[in-house]
Amino acid sequence: MGTILEMRNITKIFPGVKALDNVNFEVEAGEIHALVGENGAGKSTLMNVLSGIYPYGTYSGEIVFDGKVCAFRDVKDSEKVGIAIIHQELALQPYMSIAENLFLGNERQKRGFIDWNRTQLEARELLKKVRLNENAQTLVKDIGVGKQQLVEIAKALAKKVKLLILDEPTAALNDEDSNNLLNLILELKKDGITCILISHKLNEILKVADSITILRDGATIETLKVGVDVIDEDRIIKGMVGRTLVNRFPKREPKIGDVVFEVRDWNVYHPLIPDRQVIKNVNIKVRRGEVVGISGLMGAGRTEFAMSIFGKAYGTRISGQIFKDGKPVQFNTVRDAIDNGVSYLTEDRKSAGLILIDDIRHNITLPSLKKISKRSFIDQNREILVAEEYRSKLDIKSSSILQKTGNLSGGNQQKVVLSRWIFSRPDVLILDEPTRGIDVGAKYEIYTIINQLADEGKSIIFISSELPEILGICDRIYVMNDGRIVGELTREEASSESIMKCIMQSNREVS
Amino acid sequence: MENIGKTIKNNLRQYAMLIALVVIMIFFQIATGGILLYPMNVTNLVLQNSYVLILAIGMTLCILTGGNIDLSVGSVVAFVGAVSGTLMIDMKMPMFPALLITLAVGLIIGIWQGFWIAYVRIPAFIVTLAGMLIFRGLTNTILRGLTLAPYPKEYQVISGGFIPDFLNFFGAGFNVTTIVVGIVFSLLYVIMAIKKRKERAGYGFENSPTLFFIIQAIIVVCGIMLLSYWLSAYKGIPVIFVIIATLVAGYTVFTQNTAPGRYIYAMGGNEKAARLSGVNTNKVLFFTYVNMAVLATIAGISFSSRINSASPVAGQNFELDAIAACFIGGASVTGGVGTVIGAIIGALVMGVLNNGMSIMGVGIDMQMTIKGLVLLIAVAFDVISKRKSRG
Repeated sequence: MGTILEMRNITKIFPGVKALDNVNFEVEAGEIHALVGENGAGKSTLMNVLSGIYPYGTYSGEIVFDGKVCAFRDVKDSEKVGIAIIHQELALQPYMSIAENLFLGNERQKRGFIDWNRTQLEARELLKKVRLNENAQTLVKDIGVGKQQLVEIAKALAKKVKLLILDEPTAALNDEDSNNLLNLILELKKDGITCILISHKLNEILKVADSITILRDGATIETLKVGVDVIDEDRIIKGMVGRTLVNRFPKREPKIGDVVFEVRDWNVYHPLIPDRQVIKNVNIKVRRGEVVGISGLMGAGRTEFAMSIFGKAYGTRISGQIFKDGKPVQFNTVRDAIDNGVSYLTEDRKSAGLILIDDIRHNITLPSLKKISKRSFIDQNREILVAEEYRSKLDIKSSSILQKTGNLSGGNQQKVVLSRWIFSRPDVLILDEPTRGIDVGAKYEIYTIINQLADEGKSIIFISSELPEILGICDRIYVMNDGRIVGELTREEASSESIMKCIMQSNREVS
Repeated sequence: MENIGKTIKNNLRQYAMLIALVVIMIFFQIATGGILLYPMNVTNLVLQNSYVLILAIGMTLCILTGGNIDLSVGSVVAFVGAVSGTLMIDMKMPMFPALLITLAVGLIIGIWQGFWIAYVRIPAFIVTLAGMLIFRGLTNTILRGLTLAPYPKEYQVISGGFIPDFLNFFGAGFNVTTIVVGIVFSLLYVIMAIKKRKERAGYGFENSPTLFFIIQAIIVVCGIMLLSYWLSAYKGIPVIFVIIATLVAGYTVFTQNTAPGRYIYAMGGNEKAARLSGVNTNKVLFFTYVNMAVLATIAGISFSSRINSASPVAGQNFELDAIAACFIGGASVTGGVGTVIGAIIGALVMGVLNNGMSIMGVGIDMQMTIKGLVLLIAVAFDVISKRKSRG
């Protein structure tokens, strides 16, 4: 059939991180090409380069599509040649009808006015093509996620797509919808549409893919061809995680004490969709001086679990019990949790962690103002001392404690948030993706801080999507999938393969 | 020298509006042939703008929580005027119980609006727009469309009275008490500033260069003494000036030096982050609006006392003056940035413009146009200078 897409030596650098390092990626016309790798391996970055979200000039390397060298300035440019990307977060307008969404930015017009008849007619055809049995007038907010996904695909078809990129299309779907979607992709293949599929669900990939390219740490590892190579899940997992780990994690001799913190029979429902249970009967235990990991793929419910413990900051109809030092406690507000020695560092430091327009000093002391107040007035001299102490202790690189946190690098921002929670003197510190988006050096520093905290007798709950770091610093690991704990592994039992196996096994049990 | 230049540059934006105020005052001083800074006119400036100054304090807090504004304050001013007028003029109630009841009414208004804004989470814009209509309507209902006047003498003292000159033993031709108060406050400022410097030095913190510190102290002392000179050459310190000064000092300390004050800034800076740091943002929002209504009540009392009547059309457009004052004074439209002092300076800029143009005989129509342009330019300056510092 020939090659439809060739990406040559793509390198993309973010401040402080090399997200893509000389990646080569080739797709045959008319095939379904799966792109796999851990979170942070560079899959989404590569697709964003391809679709023009990162415009020409912000990366180096060459894109050849349909025999022509391309230099996309934005998404419109890539759409013009027939590339369409469907993101994990759907980009539909909830208060517009399906038909309006299908032609958004691509309206069917007659002399400058929208031709509603043609819109309806073509919408109906497109819906038939993606086998969506819905009236084109229905508002998008009134149909389920699975059907919305189909609308997204129909929208791409309306643009005469040649290459369709699907980023985790089934992550939010149930099995029936997932199956429908996969069948649809196979059908589109018959119509000659090429498809790039990003997915964590290896069983789905094995079902539909013609080739599989594995990315790891921003580099292409290998491309496997169905019918040429021997492919099974273990083979793919090995390619995804098989890296040599040389001193990426500081050593620690764990001194583990009694159980400090325990959560029993924890259930949480989605705050907006009342029937959707997000956390299902979760039980965990953490001991003094222990670093406990919670591993799992994106969307497994780890953040939701942590936040629901942290003063019910997420979810409704929360049930279950929390024990602190053996005594039952109730955290109804975030304040309760903090005052009882439980702190939570958010995964999203920019939108939920820092006050970016304020300085380092105020960001560190925010939850602990009582500690530095005398007769309800803040002792500003003490505040400066505290901020200076943490700035030097955690080595926050900045001009002074008066620097706005919005101007710091990712790693230093994370150290500010970490300082905040260490200064709140917790017994249990929940860290949610504490190393996300920061460079390798800063990661190492953060691991060192975590080790120190554990040595001081604090209990750490460490949530991460990156298997190597979970394996590198945790004493014990819970594996979470679809809102459940699906495995508990000791440091000795844990490996990339055993964690992935827990997840895959539970996926299979459900389906 | 280099160091001082740097310090000045660092503080320039902070003082930009203060400098603008001084420039505007000098301009009108010349343009009005010296009338602007006549002792009588300075006192008048304070009296005329007392209500905006009080409202601007509360409005600053609202805006800090996240760019929320309160459109109802003008109507609340009229409404509490109607309440106090009915109590004191119609029902002949003595002043103190009447004032207490009026303040309680203001508190209830605040609880009413705060409930909808903070707990039902209806946008403040909508709730206070409704409040603007509701309280204007209720004012007319209570007053039956009529104006009540006059208030008893002791009520008029609130914004017409002056602190008696009890230190004038030798029959001087100016207000001795005012000068003495000026000296006392100048000394207090210098002592406090030196103490703070020593404390910081004791902790090993960096202080501004000594020369800069001395210049700053001289400017502040000159300012205090100049003001007390102007006030003493007329009738002395107005009662309302004492009230405003107390409020400004109190709210500055509250916003800068207490945890709840910090929470207001944190909420406006990033509400999600504030909530995850244990700040009860609903409570913060609620108390901000209760506080606004109480301050609007104080402004209403001061205004009705000044015009010596309870009028159904009192307080129209006051909300806009207060909001403009905050933004001219450097408050951010999205919240989290701004100070009470800034809003006071903003209100004074507007006040001096009003007063100066009136003296010059500029028509009301042109005055509005010019004030509008000043608001736009001040905020544009802020937005552009912020963009530069970021890029």
